[in-house]
Amino acid sequence: MRPVVFGPLLPLPLVGFRVCCGFPSPADDWIEDAIDISRLVITNPAATFLWRAAGDCMTPTIADGDYLVCDRSLVPVAGDVVVAVVDGEPTVKRFRLSRGRPQLSHDNPKAEPFAPSASTEISVWGVVAWSLRAHRPTR
Amino acid sequence: MTPVIALSDGNCFYVSCERVFDPRLEGRPTVVLSSNDGNIIARSPEAKAIGLKMGDPFFKVRALCAREGVAALSSNYGLYGDMSRRVNAVYEQFAPDVVVYSIDESFLDFTGLADPIGHARTLRATVCQWTGIPTCVGLGPTKTLAKVANHLAKRTPDLDGVCDLGDPAVRDKALSGLPVADVWGVGPAYAARLVAMGVTTAAELRDLDPRQARLALSVVGERLVLELRGQTCLSWDEIPAGRKGCAVTRSFGQPILALEDLLQAVASFASRVGEKLRRNGVAAPRLTVFMHTNPFGPGPHHSANGAVTFLEATADSTELVAGARQAARKAWRNGFRYSKAGVVCEGLVLAGQVQASLLGARDRERSERLMAALDASNRRFGRGSVVLGSTAGRSRWTQKAEWRSPRYTTRIDEVPVARA
Repeated sequence: MRPVVFGPLLPLPLVGFRVCCGFPSPADDWIEDAIDISRLVITNPAATFLWRAAGDCMTPTIADGDYLVCDRSLVPVAGDVVVAVVDGEPTVKRFRLSRGRPQLSHDNPKAEPFAPSASTEISVWGVVAWSLRAHRPTR
Repeated sequence: MTPVIALSDGNCFYVSCERVFDPRLEGRPTVVLSSNDGNIIARSPEAKAIGLKMGDPFFKVRALCAREGVAALSSNYGLYGDMSRRVNAVYEQFAPDVVVYSIDESFLDFTGLADPIGHARTLRATVCQWTGIPTCVGLGPTKTLAKVANHLAKRTPDLDGVCDLGDPAVRDKALSGLPVADVWGVGPAYAARLVAMGVTTAAELRDLDPRQARLALSVVGERLVLELRGQTCLSWDEIPAGRKGCAVTRSFGQPILALEDLLQAVASFASRVGEKLRRNGVAAPRLTVFMHTNPFGPGPHHSANGAVTFLEATADSTELVAGARQAARKAWRNGFRYSKAGVVCEGLVLAGQVQASLLGARDRERSERLMAALDASNRRFGRGSVVLGSTAGRSRWTQKAEWRSPRYTTRIDEVPVARA
């Protein structure tokens, strides 16, 4: 297992200017960093946490086993996918506004609709900025 | 310009880290146990309210915990270290200079801000929003006063987590009500000496003649007096007490004449240093061994020291012991009667922030497990019951951390799960 690396990766020098025979690589002057996917999906490393989804209430948006890149520094706006804590349990929901009041729902029309009671305690943990799905399951 | 120093720290930090990922713990009395599941090392306010104390051996309070529905967790340093790094990353955005004091406390330079209190409030809100960790902030013209302010911020709910001792009148009132033992850097021994001198409050310590303080408590006492007066004595990145350095030193009952005896002694010191480092969640980038003869005794005198630098800062006793033996060999001279030796580590860094070195490719996970088991056994059967030393027996260890939460932020196969 490899740890998730947030933040800057260890830079590896790739320049081969000390070759002792042959010509120096003509690419040496154009060396660039390799694309780093974490820089694409993580804009605020201190506030970004990885979650994993379990269940199918959010299909087709989020499937069982998807990784969720959750940014706590984002303020939820209508239409966001969020990790929300419902009576102490972390869940994935769609965030909406109904007459100005925040409301959560499921994306899957076949799933039981999310119908909290008046006493249900709900808070948004963070906004799901990205999700990652393996299209060829690795394990 | 009067300096403004902020000390920000996480409220019951370890428990708060656990609650971020397990919201069910919210409102429930929660404690975190030392790596052996031996003693209580962190308590939620609810756990404090039912009378659980820091350092309580868990087996003694186990029945109480079961009765009161206390959640008892093994320590999860991987998680705490990563959350600490995140909190400090937020601090970096709020101050030009941040000095990490411990896993849950940092000093921030707020000098020159128009509204330091407002800034501190925004800082708290941002840290809580981004990382889920609640904090308290103390403000003062010196580190010692910032520490006092932080202490008050934590204990006075009305302050809403921010206490400013920039105003001399406010400061005077605060110091008058503060027992001298609660001042940063005043340990139990100093406190007893001060009380014997009739100094019971922080204000009385401040009003002590600095020369008198120096006589009674050495230079440390003089600095305390001046710092409480608002005069900077501790430079910005200087940490006064214990945690920046760690040392184990002993005078020998019988002088040591043989290298092998000295090596054995420093090995046990280094092992003990490792234990201390791990307990504080820090690692040492280098290690120094010193040895000297009795300066008042007969015979030739000698004083020497040797140092080693590790590829990566370490808290692993096997590495510390090996380093100490190497350093001791360097310093050793035949023909002297050494009366005292010690192992000293300085420039400590948080264990979570150890810079990974390509060359230092060692099995950190395995080493952590081994060290945890070593600490566990020693706590259980008494210090020194299990030693590394040079005889490295091949025992099999098992870590006792039955209730450790997942390493949510540092292991891809342990990330938290949200029901969809």
